[in-house]
Amino acid sequence: MGEVSLIEVSKRFTLRLDGGVQTVHALDRLSFTVRDGEVVALIGPSGCGKTTALRIAMGLETASAGRVTVDGTAISGCGYDRGMVFQHAELLPWLTALKNVEFGLEMKGMRGAALRDTAMKYLTLVGLSGSVNRRPYQLSGGMQQRVGIARALAIDPKVLLMDEPFGALDAQTRETLQGELLQIHARTKKTILFVTHDLDEAVLLADRVVVMQHGRLHEIVEVPLPRPREDLAKIRGSEAFAQTRYHIWQALHDGAGAPGAGVNDAGVHGDGVHGAATLH
Amino acid sequence: MVDVAERRAATDEAGEVVDAKRPLPRWIITVAALCIFLAFWEFFGRQVNPIFGSYPSAIFAAFITLIRNGKLAYALGQSLQPFLLGYGIAILVGVPLGLVIGRFRTAEAALGIFITGGYAMPLVALVPLLILWFGLGFAVKAAVIFLMSIFPIVINTWLGVKSVPKALIEVGRALVASDAVILRRIVLPATLPYIMAGIRLAVGRAVVGMVIAEFFTEISGLGGIIINSADNFDTATMFVPIIVLMVLAVGLNWLIGWCERAIAPWQAEIAGREQN
Repeated sequence: MGEVSLIEVSKRFTLRLDGGVQTVHALDRLSFTVRDGEVVALIGPSGCGKTTALRIAMGLETASAGRVTVDGTAISGCGYDRGMVFQHAELLPWLTALKNVEFGLEMKGMRGAALRDTAMKYLTLVGLSGSVNRRPYQLSGGMQQRVGIARALAIDPKVLLMDEPFGALDAQTRETLQGELLQIHARTKKTILFVTHDLDEAVLLADRVVVMQHGRLHEIVEVPLPRPREDLAKIRGSEAFAQTRYHIWQALHDGAGAPGAGVNDAGVHGDGVHGAATLH
Repeated sequence: MVDVAERRAATDEAGEVVDAKRPLPRWIITVAALCIFLAFWEFFGRQVNPIFGSYPSAIFAAFITLIRNGKLAYALGQSLQPFLLGYGIAILVGVPLGLVIGRFRTAEAALGIFITGGYAMPLVALVPLLILWFGLGFAVKAAVIFLMSIFPIVINTWLGVKSVPKALIEVGRALVASDAVILRRIVLPATLPYIMAGIRLAVGRAVVGMVIAEFFTEISGLGGIIINSADNFDTATMFVPIIVLMVLAVGLNWLIGWCERAIAPWQAEIAGREQN
């Protein structure tokens, strides 16, 4: 099992600006569920709170209100039931690829020969069995992110959380890794929640796309593409892909314009500032 | 036309020509600079009354004399013992202290002010007090060297911890690592270059501290030779321990740099910079 739910999650920041104190509502009663084995993309304009939502789901930040559950149990802080893939991989530069993956396993309490075997297994899964002894600076950006994915998968989490995992890569590498992530998902059936600003990526990888606006849920869009998704070029050219992509594009746009259009029952928007800032 | 094209090809083929223009190795430049400096010193030093100045060949002669009568080796041993003890303890105490101050708010708020203040402390003024506490011998010398060298080590380590990318610490937190494990397995290695820089800066201050201690407590060691020969207007002999100390500091610096490359080889790769 691996079902993750955000229930009425809110996040408020207090900013001290010259003279005044401003409360920024980064997240406002955000609720959605990622079902077991499902891939969900979080998308929205920058500043809409999508990364904050993911970080709260991981436990790296705490919610001001609301809760996050994994298989019905409320989380408190980070846990091995969730694995995090960071935007820039964030490998420890003094460790080899193998040691970076082993690091996570060691934290989980694994010792001895199992350590190396498990790390090797996941590095092979991401196609890096030939470069396990290289240090991060000896790996390309795409290879570094593969190690990042292997490190997160190796602790065998119920849910994989990814923060714009391919955002920092060049277009070609990104496409390769997207394909590989689909394969990894087909093989491991992990629940995946990922943040992206790339419409194509959201449609290509996800079963459902959560569109966010101003810290709120705007719309959840089903992606009617069947799995397994193997011929990515063909999928990109398909009618269903284009329609879903257009639908999400519209959802992203009507939120930026007139408030109310297509908004969920959460109601009217704030004053139009990112994160619906309210002055106190 | 053909001729020109061929000539171009010939120069291209002679790739070694480019290699031959490779800049001089750094050590050659350093040695050359030293030789020029020594030549000037020798030339102008000879024009001066030997009480007011000296010159390399006279200093070298004094050096040989001090080696022959065994005074230099004895003094060096006398100096190095408190030096190594004080400097060693400064590293052992300073690095963990800097890590803790940099990592934990409370420690920073409580101890930070003592460190920044202590760095600027006029230590010479405190030597009489230290003599009351530690006497005139070995202990007080080690204490002065310790107090001189600990502050740059703590401050650099502290700054280093502050500059560890937040994301690397989040990697540890995401993997549910304890504070102690994050400190040891992530913060410490990420801070190593700063720690090494602090240890290097501390060499210079430790040498100064050593000489201060030998001047103001029981006169002994290399500092003792300096002060005794200065009192006898033997300027050439006075320069011998000064130069020995400088060579010692340069050697230690090199040794630390070597250790740094051995412990943290990734750092040179990441921080590799273009130089002219």
